[in-house]
Amino acid sequence: MDTEILARIQFAFTIAFHYIYPPLSIGLGLLMVAFESLYIRTKNKQYHTLAKFWTKIFALTFGIGVVTGIVMEFEFGTNWAVYSRYVGDVFGSALAAEGIFAFALESGFLGILLFGWNRVKPWVHLVSTIGVFFGSMFSAVWIVVANSWQQTPAGYHIVGEGLDARAEITDFWAMVFNPSSVDRLLHVWLGAFLAGSFLVLSVHAYYLIKGRYVEISKKAFKIALVVATFFSLGQLATGHKSADGVAHNQPAKLAALEGHFEASAPADMYLLGWVDKKNQKVSGIKIPGGLSFLLDYDVNTPVTGLNAFPEDEIPSQINAVFQFYHLMVAIGMFLILLTLFASFMWWKGKLFQKKWLLQIFVFAALLPQIANQVGWFAAEMGRQPWVVYGHLRTSEAFSQAVTDNQILFSLILFMFVYTLLFILFVYLLNKKIKHGPYDESETDDRPLTKEITEAITI
Amino acid sequence: MGTLLGIDYPTWWFLVVGGLFSGYAILDGFDFGAGAWHLFFRKELSRRIALNAVGPVWDGNEVWLVIGGGALFAGFPLMYATFFSSLYIPFMLFLMFIIFRAIAIEFRGKEPMRWWKNLWDVGYSVSSIMLAFLLGVVLGNVLQGIQIGENYLYQGDGFFEFLNPYALMTGLTTLSLFMVHGAIYLLLKTEGRLFAKLTILLKKGMIFFMICFGITTLYTLLYIPHLSDEFRGNPSLFIVPLMVFLCIANVPRLANKKKFKMAFFFSSLTIALMLVLVAVELYPDLLLSSISPEYTIDIYKAASSTKSMGIMLTIVAIGTPLVLGYTFFVYKTFKGKVQLDETSY
Ligand code: HDD
Ligand code: HEM
Ligand code: HEM
Repeated sequence: MDTEILARIQFAFTIAFHYIYPPLSIGLGLLMVAFESLYIRTKNKQYHTLAKFWTKIFALTFGIGVVTGIVMEFEFGTNWAVYSRYVGDVFGSALAAEGIFAFALESGFLGILLFGWNRVKPWVHLVSTIGVFFGSMFSAVWIVVANSWQQTPAGYHIVGEGLDARAEITDFWAMVFNPSSVDRLLHVWLGAFLAGSFLVLSVHAYYLIKGRYVEISKKAFKIALVVATFFSLGQLATGHKSADGVAHNQPAKLAALEGHFEASAPADMYLLGWVDKKNQKVSGIKIPGGLSFLLDYDVNTPVTGLNAFPEDEIPSQINAVFQFYHLMVAIGMFLILLTLFASFMWWKGKLFQKKWLLQIFVFAALLPQIANQVGWFAAEMGRQPWVVYGHLRTSEAFSQAVTDNQILFSLILFMFVYTLLFILFVYLLNKKIKHGPYDESETDDRPLTKEITEAITI
Repeated sequence: MGTLLGIDYPTWWFLVVGGLFSGYAILDGFDFGAGAWHLFFRKELSRRIALNAVGPVWDGNEVWLVIGGGALFAGFPLMYATFFSSLYIPFMLFLMFIIFRAIAIEFRGKEPMRWWKNLWDVGYSVSSIMLAFLLGVVLGNVLQGIQIGENYLYQGDGFFEFLNPYALMTGLTTLSLFMVHGAIYLLLKTEGRLFAKLTILLKKGMIFFMICFGITTLYTLLYIPHLSDEFRGNPSLFIVPLMVFLCIANVPRLANKKKFKMAFFFSSLTIALMLVLVAVELYPDLLLSSISPEYTIDIYKAASSTKSMGIMLTIVAIGTPLVLGYTFFVYKTFKGKVQLDETSY
């Protein structure tokens, strides 16, 4: 296989794997802050138990997020050397800011968050939790800014020619607030809040079905439901804003998302469909003029189609982009219906009486995860064939010094280590859930303390 | 080109990157070092205590790597691109071992079976050893120069070219230095029998280090002329290696006197000075080409634009006090001997 394809597979594999964890960490962070604040305000021990329980699960997602993230940072240099040279001047500063402001903040307070329950005052602990949560929110800021710059470059100029060409920054704030960064950041944050809140919903729904920890689970479920309902609705709004932005800044991507071929004509919106690229046809269920309407509130507004672009400036995998995008939207819609329905049942006082509803919630934790993944796949594959939209092609951006054998070797190693890591994750998550929110482990540790005293005094 | 206090931006950034990597080497150095000794501890409880001595900090230590990497990317994109793609295999192995080590730390305490713990103890220790070693190997390659040709592209083609004799020696030297450093860290954190054992291990570590350091120095003087030239040109620079020797000689002396904090300070200083030594030998170059000096990457060729450097120096100036502040706070919260409780590994 050629180097470019291998490098792309490796990047996609490692980033997709990484992106299982950060959304959970960010989302759980929000709920931990909520539980802990409620504890400090109400002095109700149950919130303390909840905060501690979810901190343990957070520790797991966070730890894996960190190690897989380190890989991402260095992979730019190892596998995408040309790209790194090209963009370094522009978003080097974003990455530097991420390191200093975000990662250092998170990991600084992480120690206290995880190991400090008995060592610092409750409010100091809360401050640490907030520090870690903000740190993780910030880290999303800088990385999404960098990625958004690749989608919609701004605040730069190109210096040099051919292999020496590179983008240099001219305006820091224009780079940070490039046309797509705010919309996409909000969308990514909300996606993370959904991933976290649905995991909380899922675990506590499971306890409720089993009849364990009922009291505490009801509390947690309700808080997470509020968060999930609110942000499910919000996700529709931020998603719409993103789509609007894509229509203006990356028309070829928008055309691919909706499988719109004609150079300029009113466009339909599909709920479901299959793109036949050769015959330029989409078959499926559609709302005629739907896309035109969403963009301009008029079903007759022409929308630029794929045929308006040269063959080598549109994504090659149109059907994949289309499917990923539609799956995300479908999931988004389903989450809205689900959370609204559950809130309605709550209002009727029947939330915990329908076992099937709780069962749906047990499995629904996977949905935001899937939406997050396919959302990125749609956004990134829709950007092809460019790495930096309109400037640098993916086919020119990989490391020329690295051979296909080397990448294959590292890819196989990654698959091995990540499989192990994933098994560890599932195993530990399952164990922590089975163990439940109460700390029986405290009793395990008592004989140990005795042993320690012996070891020390001998 | 922008200047600040009469020093140009690329030089400032050279100092920033150097400072970050020294910080990283000092911090992850002690936890790799502690890990390297792990299998020398025989009792389950000793191993558990040793592991928990690094438990609350290893993760935070790795942030220095992340920030250092980011700083290199930001300030010297050309260097970042050529460096990591040229030494592809050692860096990939490094990343794998970082992950594998984290897996081992997490898995170890999760099942009570003896074989289970042994398995992950070996994993933890071997990956710690390999990580320290690989860092040294990379350093050796940088000092010696690598085959960078036209367009700053790596021209070598072998899978294992990075494993040359000089790099092996620098790898072992780094490992032994980290082991000394790690032993002192553990001395600070433990009591009783484990503590007694460590005092013996520290001596062995010192001998191991002295041998490696001696051979590497000789090798450098004899076979790597471009490095010793720098010193011959400016003999006052000899003060740096001299200080390395004084510092490291201080370590066992202080340890004998039970002044472990001071000993730890001096082993940290030794690591920092070794990197100062490297920096002095290299500056203003970053990556030496063994093909032609024309392709050697120096800080001026590699630097980002003046504008970008200015922004980043501002970020660093705002960020550094913050980072130092809470790093200090965290270490204060966890100072003293290891206490195992329900949050331990
Ligand atoms: C800062 C930059 C950045 C960020 C935040 C992301 N990506 Fe990206 N992505 C790239 C920078 C990039 C890249 C370096 O530019 C790649 C490598 C090859 C390419 O075309 O773009 C890329 C490619 C790429 C591909 C391969 C596309 C293809 O080959 O067709 C996938 C599937 C993803 N990314 C997925 C993701 C996911 C799931 C992300 C969420 C965390 C993500 N990207 C964030
Ligand atoms: C290619 C893109 C990416 C790179 C290079 C990257 C890099 C990294 C690195 C180096 C770390 C470890 C830092 C540490 O030690 O704390 C990390 C962790 C993290 N990343 Fe990524 N990342 C990428 C994509 C993303 C995206 C898109 C998001 C957010 C939406 C994100 C959010 C986070 C968060 C919150 C953490 C902290 C650890 C955790 O919460 O699990 N990352 N990332
Ligand atoms: C409800 C309807 C939704 C709409 C209309 C929508 C719209 C969009 C659009 C247009 C993009 C591409 C943005 C770009 O390329 O610049 C996108 C990306 C993305 N979506 Fe959605 N989305 C929806 C729901 C969701 C949900 C429920 C999640 C996750 C829980 C999610 C997660 C993501 C992610 C992670 C990305 C990639 C990052 C980005 O480009 O912003 N989306 N979405």
